[in-house]
Amino acid sequence: MKIISKWAIATLAFAAALQLPALAQEAHVGNLTGHAAEGKKLYRRSCVGCHGPLGDGNGENAPWIDPKPRDFTAATFKCRSTPTGTLPTDQDLYNSVGRGFYNSNMPHWDALTDQNRLDLVAYIKTFSARWKTEKPGDPIAVPPEPAITMQSIAHGNELFQKMECWKCHGQQGRGDGPSAATLTDSKDQPIRPYNFADASSDSRFKCGTTNQDLYRIFMTGLDGTPMPSFADVIQPNDAWDLVHFLRTLQKNRHSKENEVLRSAGGTVPSAPAN
Amino acid sequence: MKAVPTRHTPEIQTAPWKSICFFLLSVFVLLITANQPSHAIPAFARKYGLPCSACHIGWPILNTFGQQFRDNGYQLGNDRDSPIYQNPAYWPITFRVTPNWHVESQNKVLVDQTQAEQTVTTTGFDLSGLDIWTAGTLYKNISFSVLPSMGEGDTFHFENAWVRFDNLLKTPWMNLKFGKFELDMLLSQKRFLTLSNVGGFWYNYQFLPPGDSNGFGGIGDNQLGVELSGHSKNSYARYSIALLSSVDGNPGLTSAGQPGTARNYDVFANVNEGFQVKGLGVQRVGLYGYVGQSPTYFLTSGGTPVQAQGAKSFSRVGAYGWWFFKDLDIETLYMHGQDNVFLGNNIPANNPAGLPPGAAGPSWNGGFVEAHYTVNPQLIFTGRYELVHMSRQANPANPSNLGNVDSFTVGYRWYPIMLSRAGLAFHNEYSQAKTGNSSILTMSDQTNRSVMVGFDFDY
Repeated sequence: MKIISKWAIATLAFAAALQLPALAQEAHVGNLTGHAAEGKKLYRRSCVGCHGPLGDGNGENAPWIDPKPRDFTAATFKCRSTPTGTLPTDQDLYNSVGRGFYNSNMPHWDALTDQNRLDLVAYIKTFSARWKTEKPGDPIAVPPEPAITMQSIAHGNELFQKMECWKCHGQQGRGDGPSAATLTDSKDQPIRPYNFADASSDSRFKCGTTNQDLYRIFMTGLDGTPMPSFADVIQPNDAWDLVHFLRTLQKNRHSKENEVLRSAGGTVPSAPAN
Repeated sequence: MKAVPTRHTPEIQTAPWKSICFFLLSVFVLLITANQPSHAIPAFARKYGLPCSACHIGWPILNTFGQQFRDNGYQLGNDRDSPIYQNPAYWPITFRVTPNWHVESQNKVLVDQTQAEQTVTTTGFDLSGLDIWTAGTLYKNISFSVLPSMGEGDTFHFENAWVRFDNLLKTPWMNLKFGKFELDMLLSQKRFLTLSNVGGFWYNYQFLPPGDSNGFGGIGDNQLGVELSGHSKNSYARYSIALLSSVDGNPGLTSAGQPGTARNYDVFANVNEGFQVKGLGVQRVGLYGYVGQSPTYFLTSGGTPVQAQGAKSFSRVGAYGWWFFKDLDIETLYMHGQDNVFLGNNIPANNPAGLPPGAAGPSWNGGFVEAHYTVNPQLIFTGRYELVHMSRQANPANPSNLGNVDSFTVGYRWYPIMLSRAGLAFHNEYSQAKTGNSSILTMSDQTNRSVMVGFDFDY
């Protein structure tokens, strides 16, 4: 019986140890609380093939995936409402899980329940010690969008030239600027700038679809990619002008910006030469 | 047998069998606690790199994400769905076959040699049919499926073959499918866990009263036609309506005399809604109906049937719910069925005098409760109780319970190997069904039993 007892204790301890890693982590969105222990089950069910059992983006399918799956151990996330270099909020991660990532293998998991998605967020946060030592940054403020005018679009074009966005995104926004071919992400993987003119994208960006999302993208930057934050470089009104101009690069999209542009003759006034 | 001397103490002598028991217990504990990653319905896993458990509660039952993927036309909607993004070597093909050992038993079988009823039991190794399934997208928002299938010792037939135009008018509420396809029942008989001869189908989906001549094989059969369907973005709300040739899915419209010779059109409709219950999961409820007509006789030419005649109506309507309590989910279904009096009595419609006195259209009610407990994506238990009870016999002279079915099934599936390129399930199942008054000699209930142990694998 002593032998059996020892085996029993050892077996149960081993079984329990399999369930242990840092499962007390939580995530909060609204009045929901996500639990890492539940998230782990879902992660093993749905995410592990790409992101890997250690969350390091080295799942068994990772070698065949481009772009590569996110490495959660680095706790570096593209889509945030928080300043560059800071951790995202739970809401940011929750939104990313539900939205998916356009032009990647990451689907939108909006068929999962809200609770499921938040449980996953809680579990994702167990992969990096940063979540224990740092707090998420404060979300940047997105001021109300000003009226869309030809002046706004023209000024946006001016900023597009001045800040050299075209170097990566190209003059027509096709992601074919002179630097495009040289870009790599933080894992040294080649990465392509966003192609605004790609009709198949249905005007989706990596981090959302609205003008507010676009504003947020270049104010927070896409951490882990060459896309920097411009929060310290441009003022909010300038940022909105840039948003309005960028929308005109999506020529096939029905938008207020394209209507304004068309009614003004269809051509954005040339920006002053640098 | 000579006893083997032992030097062990009496206490230790008991250890071997206890150790074996304990070893098995330990394996079981590890099995249910070591939640290993599981992977791959191979054709789609190869394309998207997602584990099979992402789409399946336990393969092949779809979860909410899998249902959404299917409703989207096998697309994830991330602009990587068109085959142009795949390596040219990629072929979206899955093979599925199930070698197994099974026991089949039926009591009260009238045996010719003795002219008496007795229980008949057969056992042996066997092989299921072979599915060679290819499905995916032809282009963004154009999806397809072709499933040549072969039953045991059968020739190949097309289990399904369809093309679907997805997201018409850029809305998920408009999708058009054309060809031979599974009826859009959320509780799918094509994707459930039981495989045995007795438990490998839902009786409600296939039921016909004894002696009924309705050529409609049941809503569990794939049908030929066109389907308009739609769904909300997360596929919680769904609808479909299909116009179908009344041929029970058998092709050959111009082949004179084939049982599948087209005769009429049927309509199937289904609507369902899902809603989240905090802490439990997505609950689903739905309504469905199938109304159609089936011929009661054929015009013949030289004795060969050439055109169906005397079509009479039939219907199947019902409601269902799918209830989730975290890792436990329970499917419930109710169905009411009825056939025209001529179909029920197998009498041509041009011969009303042939109907027995007091004849009526047969009708029945049925339903099932089926539960699944998912220990982890690699181990799932299932149990089902199902009944179909006649409410009106076609011929009043028949016993009131003639054709009634009462059945139950229990089983489990364990997926020890589920790589991203292939999957293997160990399948164990017991099923039993009692049919009312079906024994020929004694006119009493008969019971069929199946035990099945097999390996269900796909690549």
